[in-house]
Amino acid sequence: MIALLKRDLALAVRAGGGFGLGVAFFLILCALVPFGVGPETSALRPIAPGILWVGALLSCLLSLDRIFALDHEDGSLDLLATAPIPLEGAVAVKALAHWVTTGLPLIAAAPLFGILLHLPGQAVPWLIASLLIGTPALSMLGAFGAAITVGLRRGGLLLSLLVLPLYIPTLIFGTEIVRRGMEQGSTATPLLFLAGITAGVLALVPFAAAAALRVNLR
Amino acid sequence: MSIWEYANPVKFMRTSGAILPWAAGAAAICTTGGLLWGFLTPEDYKQGSTVKIVFLHVPAAMMAINIWVMMLAASLIWLIRRHHVSALAAKAAAPVGAVMTLIALATGAVWGQPMWGTWWEWDPRLTSFLILLLFYIGYMALWSAIDDPDSAADLTGVLCLVGSVFAILSRYAVLFWNQGLHQGASLSVAPGERMSAVYRYPLYLTMLGFFLLFLTLLLIRTRTEIRRRRLAALQAREMRA
Repeated sequence: MIALLKRDLALAVRAGGGFGLGVAFFLILCALVPFGVGPETSALRPIAPGILWVGALLSCLLSLDRIFALDHEDGSLDLLATAPIPLEGAVAVKALAHWVTTGLPLIAAAPLFGILLHLPGQAVPWLIASLLIGTPALSMLGAFGAAITVGLRRGGLLLSLLVLPLYIPTLIFGTEIVRRGMEQGSTATPLLFLAGITAGVLALVPFAAAAALRVNLR
Repeated sequence: MSIWEYANPVKFMRTSGAILPWAAGAAAICTTGGLLWGFLTPEDYKQGSTVKIVFLHVPAAMMAINIWVMMLAASLIWLIRRHHVSALAAKAAAPVGAVMTLIALATGAVWGQPMWGTWWEWDPRLTSFLILLLFYIGYMALWSAIDDPDSAADLTGVLCLVGSVFAILSRYAVLFWNQGLHQGASLSVAPGERMSAVYRYPLYLTMLGFFLLFLTLLLIRTRTEIRRRRLAALQAREMRA
């Protein structure tokens, strides 16, 4: 499984664009918002947590179809399915590789883009914390969506239609943490809810994703 | 005699064909009767004539949720026992459920405009219904995207399971996110919150009517799906011959 993780990471790095594209999209999104709502701090600051979270979520969505699509095309997914490791584990490792290549750069970039949106300094640790806790769930749910749509020719749009509603609870609690951090309120409740959702997703969704993969490989 | 006998498509077709006219007739009587009765009820002292939207809104909202539960049960039966009729029934129910959700949202908007002064409010109940609509749309899109019927049934079944968990999760997450404007349950049994009997009995009748309407549509659509499946099988045999 560690070998699989290394292989996926190496492929993502060497294929190029794996890291950069999501973050670049995130940057463009954050740069577009002020054009839409106006450059005033009073307009940007209240919506900054929401924009940052929605931006992270959409950037995460961009690279989801790559989790299984390439491996499905060249047949290595069939090898993985027949390999001695459980397919659930392989799915979880692939989601982890997606998180390392997409989620981590987004988390690193988010505080910088927060400056663009006038996010106050005291909210930045909460932004990082909420993204750190929340984005693994996004990758895992995305792997589930990718597993369902892997065999389809026009899977990309369908993938977003299926996955985005599943992101709603994560988004609600993630944004709430940052907003409360901004107003220096108590963040414990949404933080615990978010952690609970992520833990539940990480524990259960690999089984659903592996079941969907098995159907698609039949 | 067990319920699993109806997993046999021939048996299902025979029984559903016998039930169908009765269900359709009863649905027509209960729905039109209930709506007419509801239309003739006196006006509410506060809401005026807009109170009568309740006879469309509440049954549609009730069915929107219950149809998803029925799809969940049918998907589970398909995933566990591999009865094709069950998978086709889940497929057949989805558009009906989506339309019920739309009716609930639309009638709610029409009522909300004069009463709350807004067509739409990001209230937990309204938001959950919008999310439910998104789940219905995703479910139907997945059905139509996959060619192989068995894979489609499997994948939509898994999606229905995961979607159910997240629909419930979203329902309670939005409570956290925004406080509500929507009133409590319309059929609460708590004294003081209970609806007046003048409105309650026509409402029961329309709820029964909407359930029968769903049953009728479900049977028609499942029968259509079974016939379509038979047709595809015949054409495949023709191709091989």
